[in-house]
Amino acid sequence: MQTLKTWLIRNPIWGFVVLIFVFFSFANPYFFDLQNFQNILVQTSTIGLIALGMTLVMINGNIDLSVGATVALAASLAIDIQGWEAFANWGNWAILPGVIAGLMSGVILGAVNGLIVWKTGVDAFIVTLGAMLGVRGLVFAYTEEQSFFAMNFAYSDFGASSVAGLPTLAVLFLLFALGTHLLLSGTVHGRNTYAVGGNREAAVNAGIRVGPHMLINFMLVGFFAALAGITLSTQMGAATPNLGREYELWTITAVVLGGTKLTGGSGTIIGTFGGVLAIGILRNGMNLMQVPAFYVLVILGTILIAVLFLDKQLTRGGKEELRT
Amino acid sequence: MVAETKSEVGEASKPKRRVQGNAVVSVLAKQGILIAFALFMLGFALFSERFLSADNVMTVLRQSAIIGVMAVGVTVVVIGGNLDLSVGSMLSFSTVMVVDLHDKLGPELAIPVMLLATLCIGAVNGTLVGFLRLNSLIVTLGMLSAIQGLTLIYSGGQNVDIANQQGTWFAIFGRGQMLGIASPIVIFLGLAVLMHIVMAYTPFGRRVYAVGGNPTAATFSGIRRSRTVFLTYVISALCVGIAAIILGSRVMGSQNNVGQGYELQVLATVILGGTSLLGGSGNVLKTVIGVLILGFIQNGLLLLGYAYYVQWIVTWIVIILAVWLDVAAKRGRLLSPIA
Repeated sequence: MQTLKTWLIRNPIWGFVVLIFVFFSFANPYFFDLQNFQNILVQTSTIGLIALGMTLVMINGNIDLSVGATVALAASLAIDIQGWEAFANWGNWAILPGVIAGLMSGVILGAVNGLIVWKTGVDAFIVTLGAMLGVRGLVFAYTEEQSFFAMNFAYSDFGASSVAGLPTLAVLFLLFALGTHLLLSGTVHGRNTYAVGGNREAAVNAGIRVGPHMLINFMLVGFFAALAGITLSTQMGAATPNLGREYELWTITAVVLGGTKLTGGSGTIIGTFGGVLAIGILRNGMNLMQVPAFYVLVILGTILIAVLFLDKQLTRGGKEELRT
Repeated sequence: MVAETKSEVGEASKPKRRVQGNAVVSVLAKQGILIAFALFMLGFALFSERFLSADNVMTVLRQSAIIGVMAVGVTVVVIGGNLDLSVGSMLSFSTVMVVDLHDKLGPELAIPVMLLATLCIGAVNGTLVGFLRLNSLIVTLGMLSAIQGLTLIYSGGQNVDIANQQGTWFAIFGRGQMLGIASPIVIFLGLAVLMHIVMAYTPFGRRVYAVGGNPTAATFSGIRRSRTVFLTYVISALCVGIAAIILGSRVMGSQNNVGQGYELQVLATVILGGTSLLGGSGNVLKTVIGVLILGFIQNGLLLLGYAYYVQWIVTWIVIILAVWLDVAAKRGRLLSPIA
């Protein structure tokens, strides 16, 4: 009981998840249903995948605003390239080069962001704000403002398929969440990520090479954004140049709800998973209760600010600030 | 003989030239944004005759006015050490409101009612960030989403427009002229000069710089930090209200998401103007230059026949180069020393 209590104090978002879960279960007859739970997991997997990478970058003391544009670029590349003449007689294997190119684009864009942040010393917020505009420009230039459709139905079938009774996309998300959790909690890179975000000076003095860790995390968030773009496009069987707009905002909302600090140095994948679920359950539950989408926006914004306020009240713990 | 004197002169002038070189570097560093702007203008002017024509310059200014008016307000917030990402949603809200109320109450009432509502939103931002000391990025991110919802609730998801578009004096703000110049330009430049005077020559302006530069020191010198931050958000909201009047008047209607994405464009112009996101430094008039740079890049690339999205890629490069030069000049070396 005591451990549960301390765990909940550390991850207040899970208390909230349980609360809204119970609420919607009683408030709506269609909510408590295995099919619906699977729906929620699939719906959250897109933002969820990006949020995994964003958690790493934010723990590291940086931020990435360009993920939404990366989603669009990877989705467009994946769908366009699998339709190239060169792969015409590859059958279903033609999907592979498309997906690889999409994932590579994310990793490369992440590396570009990471290298710029590392080598120039410009704040990650500014670097990725620029990239958010610029990468969207690349998407429009590449697609010439056209939407792409996957001609091969095997591609969109993947988005609707299941593994052992669970939707494949949900399984993919859960596996990557587990992997990222292990990376953060069990490896040297994970520990150094916390160290660099918590106190960069101290990390440097302790002999940690700050730059490579930031670079790796930017590459990871690029990879996850690209993967999210590809899974999203398998759900639709299409990619539009405007795909992923405002995803950066949703992702940051989810990560912050999960208790990761913008200043870096603290945060967990378990928290982020809670944050992603909270948004997913709220949207799904309110949809089922036929609350207009407008109110969902207001409620989510309010909850984000309320969580921030509560977090501040809970963690201030005796350190009274100067108030004027 | 001649050769000797030449070499002497050469040797004597060498160190001098180096000193001059340093001076040039420091001027370059301080006024980098102005120089980049001048180079840009020159380059485009060489390739397109129409680029520097009075007509075209006026067009760019008019198009930049809405972003510019918002950027003036956001500059004040950023100098105070915070961010405001809610200005885009707020612009949607205010424009929808003023256009909607125009037919219901008449323009003379619609404008003050809308301004009051916008200021209230600004006051909410200001209370949360100023008095409750919450992180401004997240607060305004939450507000971005909440105000988007509010706008949709207010309009019921419908687009709004003004029925009698010819006969209303409301048209003067977006379509009319003041002093022979298109009014958006007059409003934008007038507001920028006014805000520059406020920031550079009044006690309030000094307090904003102090709070943004070092909040603790500001508090110890008797500045009411919370109230100062609060006021920067009210100013930002006021600027959004003014931008909404221009936008509503120009379009005579509004979509629910008209301001979507503006917050980051506005922030980009503020950053281009050399205002540090850390707070405590910046200049409203330089933000105007940032606005003009983005406006002229957009216009110049279009005149040269590039698709509109090419400007986004160019903006990406320009933002990073501009801030990099700024950062490099401050630390005295090009590359960051971190390992």
